[in-house]
Amino acid sequence: MKRLSAFNITALTLGFAFLYLPMILLVIYSFNASKLVTVWAGFSTQWYGELLRDEAFLDAAWVTLQVAVISSTIATVLGTMAAYVLVNFGRFFGRTLFSGMIYAPLVMPEVITGLSLLLLFIGIGLDRGILTIVLAHTTFSMCYVSVVVSSRLISFDRALEEAALDLGCNRFDAFRLVTLPIIAPAVISGWLLAFTLSLDDLVIASFVAGPSSTTLPIKIWSAVRLGVTPEINALSTIMIAVVTVGVITASLISKRNAVAAQRDAQAAERAE
Amino acid sequence: MRKFALIAVPYAWLLALFLIPFLIVFKVSLSDTALAIPPYTPTLKDGFGALIDGLDLENFWFLTTDDLYYKAYLSSLQIALLSTFLTLLVGYPMAYGMARAPEEWRATLMMLVILPFWTSFLIRVYAWVGILSNEGLLNQLLLWVGVINEPLTILNTNTAVYIGIVYTYLPFMILPIYAALDRMDDSLIEAAEDLGCSRLTAFWLVTVPLSKNGIVAGCFLVFIPALGEFVIPSLLGGSGTLMIGKVLFEEFFNNRDWPVASAVAVILLLILIVPIVLFQRNQQKQAEAEQ
Repeated sequence: MKRLSAFNITALTLGFAFLYLPMILLVIYSFNASKLVTVWAGFSTQWYGELLRDEAFLDAAWVTLQVAVISSTIATVLGTMAAYVLVNFGRFFGRTLFSGMIYAPLVMPEVITGLSLLLLFIGIGLDRGILTIVLAHTTFSMCYVSVVVSSRLISFDRALEEAALDLGCNRFDAFRLVTLPIIAPAVISGWLLAFTLSLDDLVIASFVAGPSSTTLPIKIWSAVRLGVTPEINALSTIMIAVVTVGVITASLISKRNAVAAQRDAQAAERAE
Repeated sequence: MRKFALIAVPYAWLLALFLIPFLIVFKVSLSDTALAIPPYTPTLKDGFGALIDGLDLENFWFLTTDDLYYKAYLSSLQIALLSTFLTLLVGYPMAYGMARAPEEWRATLMMLVILPFWTSFLIRVYAWVGILSNEGLLNQLLLWVGVINEPLTILNTNTAVYIGIVYTYLPFMILPIYAALDRMDDSLIEAAEDLGCSRLTAFWLVTVPLSKNGIVAGCFLVFIPALGEFVIPSLLGGSGTLMIGKVLFEEFFNNRDWPVASAVAVILLLILIVPIVLFQRNQQKQAEAEQ
């Protein structure tokens, strides 16, 4: 029987306080009436109002959202393809290079990825804008998607797909009707991961964005370089709230699915 | 045929947008600065022969003559190493506490560790600006308690950079260590205690060695990104904070010296190859051990 010692409890309490206090303080001070961010002057939501009236922020948010949706969707398709190839195709010509190119972007410093893509875009004369950010984000997030999806594909029982092929499915239908529903949770978390990475990226976007395609992180960056501002605190609070609600909902859904799957399995056992 | 297409599409994408860009960086690092668009010479327009003739190692020589660069590499290594160690000191007790927590708490604790990872990195770093500045919340608290008489300067120093790295990369350290500790068989500890070990000796002789793979994986997951970090030293560090990611960024955007920035990138990558290969080996060994 394991027991939590006083030491364990202290470590967990202090550790989680360290992880969460900065964000909690940020949220609290976003409701501060004072322009001086470190002096509390009463509750107010005026910074949220100012934020929503700031056209530049809204434009940046719109660009960011477009880039994130498009790039994470392409990245999910490409990453799932890459994972399928790596897990199921065994040896083929150039496999080592392929898996190297899947794993390398995960550990590549962002400054190098950004610099190299910018040099490419300038070399081929592609104007910097939403398209170049989408291309850049797709490239690094497809690698994350591929890692997430391949970990699910490895544990997938290929006999199921072979059975579908024996029963007259072609390869694409077997994938669509059998494999895809089973790996769907991994594909969805891959998409979410790609989406978050794209929303969050500052460094690579700074290299490949043009003047007309400022993303939200670039906008936040240019504001926070000058110090703490209440509008950014308000924006941060909105982003933290969206993520928190999203993650908690996702984990509740997956927990409910797990419980349902367990109940089905038990029912199946009883039926036998 | 279909199989070929399945391989070819992601393959071609990565060749065009990962490998070729990197080769271009390598090529530009061998070029010279020029007052042109793009600001380097030679380019492919000069013809292939002239291109090959025009390439040299001059930028790499330049990196050795100006001590800014080697100081920045050394200081990045030092900051990354020390902050990895600090992250381990903070992360291990947390992972250990999670592994010993009651079964029904674990999913929640796990989610609490993962949640910050989904939150914007930039915002998490920015949150510390308001805490660490001279008029910031930490100084207000310490002055109010009476521990100090005048505010401490923490923001814009290396201390702030250490805090920022430990804070942002903590989940990367906790998760692999927790995974290793969670797999551990508790009866081993009981056996050690039955055989006369004190709890602390049992911890050092049994728990720590069994979680070694998790520790190694966690350390690499913190060290590798910390080495090329740009956002944390720029936002929390001061003018004296030298980190190579920041130097590269400034070389490129402020000095507009693309060939030198590319040379800095090539060297950074060469330095990173060692930990990356070691990390891969550790992961492979672990995967084999599990089978």
